[in-house]
Amino acid sequence: MEMYILLGFVLLLSIFLGLELIAKVPSTLHTPLMSGANAISGIALVGALMLSSAGQMQDILAFGAILFASINVFGGYLVTNRMLSMFKKK
Amino acid sequence: MENLANIQVIQNIVYIISSVMFILGIKMLGKEATAVKGNYLSALAMFSAVGITCLSLEIDTKIILAGVLLGGLIGSLIALKVKMTAIPEMVALFNGFGGLATFLIAWSQFNEPSNSMFQHVLIMLTIYIGGITFSGSLIAYGKLSEKLKLGKGSMITNVFISFFYLSMPALIYVIGEPSISQFIPQVPSYFLIFLGITLIAGIGFVMPIGGGDMPVVISLLNSLSGIAAAFAGLLLLNNVLIVAGSLVGASGLILTIIMAKAMNRTITNILFVGYASSNQSSSSEEQGEVKPITSDDAYLILESASSVLVVPGYGMAVAQAQHVVREMGELLEENGTEVKYGIHPVAGRMPGHMNVLLAEANVSYDLLAEPDDVNPSMDTIDVAIVIGANDVVNPSATEEEGSPIYGMPIIEVHNAKTVFVLKRSMSSGFAGVQNPLFFRENTRMLFGDAKESIGQIVAEFKD
Repeated sequence: MEMYILLGFVLLLSIFLGLELIAKVPSTLHTPLMSGANAISGIALVGALMLSSAGQMQDILAFGAILFASINVFGGYLVTNRMLSMFKKK
Repeated sequence: MENLANIQVIQNIVYIISSVMFILGIKMLGKEATAVKGNYLSALAMFSAVGITCLSLEIDTKIILAGVLLGGLIGSLIALKVKMTAIPEMVALFNGFGGLATFLIAWSQFNEPSNSMFQHVLIMLTIYIGGITFSGSLIAYGKLSEKLKLGKGSMITNVFISFFYLSMPALIYVIGEPSISQFIPQVPSYFLIFLGITLIAGIGFVMPIGGGDMPVVISLLNSLSGIAAAFAGLLLLNNVLIVAGSLVGASGLILTIIMAKAMNRTITNILFVGYASSNQSSSSEEQGEVKPITSDDAYLILESASSVLVVPGYGMAVAQAQHVVREMGELLEENGTEVKYGIHPVAGRMPGHMNVLLAEANVSYDLLAEPDDVNPSMDTIDVAIVIGANDVVNPSATEEEGSPIYGMPIIEVHNAKTVFVLKRSMSSGFAGVQNPLFFRENTRMLFGDAKESIGQIVAEFKD
């Protein structure tokens, strides 16, 4: 239980940190920021890799989680990079 | 045994380093000069976090390799092949997959034999948020790619909406299930039913929301996928999941608030009410003659203008007119005209949609201005060209108190000396409100496809 309270604390602090970090973003970067943040939410891949394997059902669930999180990670970062490379100042 | 403990220490240290890189990465992503580096840094953080997790795996390596390679391939192909105009629906789709991954993780945890009460609650919450993110994002994808036409008011939509409301008591039931099953008979396979209800509820959550409100919905779904990942982190006791997930949750939340503010509406109003259908706006006193103009005349006026403001909207995206708009802008500049682009935060279908389109067409980003930058000096602008935008330039928002969009910050093009409105027909915008701008003394309507109309002006300039 103590562990959860500690991690809950980390969760809250991270949210506040995030709010502070992103509060003033120029509107040019709204889409790249959203897309970049979307790629980060692919961190679920780490969670998927931590799953345990016990039986066929668990294997299927783990495979699905890894597959979809990977799509999110690769697709998210590449699309963000493509988008950012278009933003130019002349 | 000692070896295993060592591995855990190393993993946790790398997780902390990754978290710091994520934090710096997202911070750098918020500034034009450092955005590209920020994205690389965050990708590096992802790579280290994933790599170090592979030191202790329980799942069969074959499954992991197959999943990562296949997922990486699919994701990369979509990301590299997609047209830039299809970006809104791509972001929605990737976001949905992230939600699905957390949904499956929590499902897998539910199958573990010994869950504490607290874990049980977390599992259900993660499933709920992840599931709604997944199916909601799929619906957003369908709406943005215009494959899904169903909206508010249809019978099918109402069925899905009722599932959304049903999902809340269902969530409360499954959370309390271990304790209340002693008192009331257990619903057989309640968990699977809950999974189904959650997925259908996500459909009901997004389906009734209209196209113009999509920037808010996409930001919110983005935020939810982060929160789901953070909850999964609590469940698995993994700090990098918690930090990265919370950052995404926070950034999505900020965008949601910015979008809602730009419409002068509350988030609840956008999600659950929608625009009230307004019948009284037809009584607006400014109805009258519209004054059409041809591209030839438009060219003559533009040629002698010394300052021009281009205000794009969703119509520019539909007509794919961004390249020809850039061309016109360059020709005007060669002619000695000062050209700026006025971008409203909610123009288009996602946050920053217009900025991406214009960037794709090679418009320098320092020419793009926000409403607050252009409104004070609007009366010095010779010509404001409105391309496929409607509600974001509707003067009712500042002048007509009864209007449904009253109070919404707009780009006040009606104060410019001349306004060109490029439009296909006289239909009203997303909010269903008639736009008095079209009837103003200084407004000229240039009817037709925006790409063709501007193409003609460009051709005249070249002659």
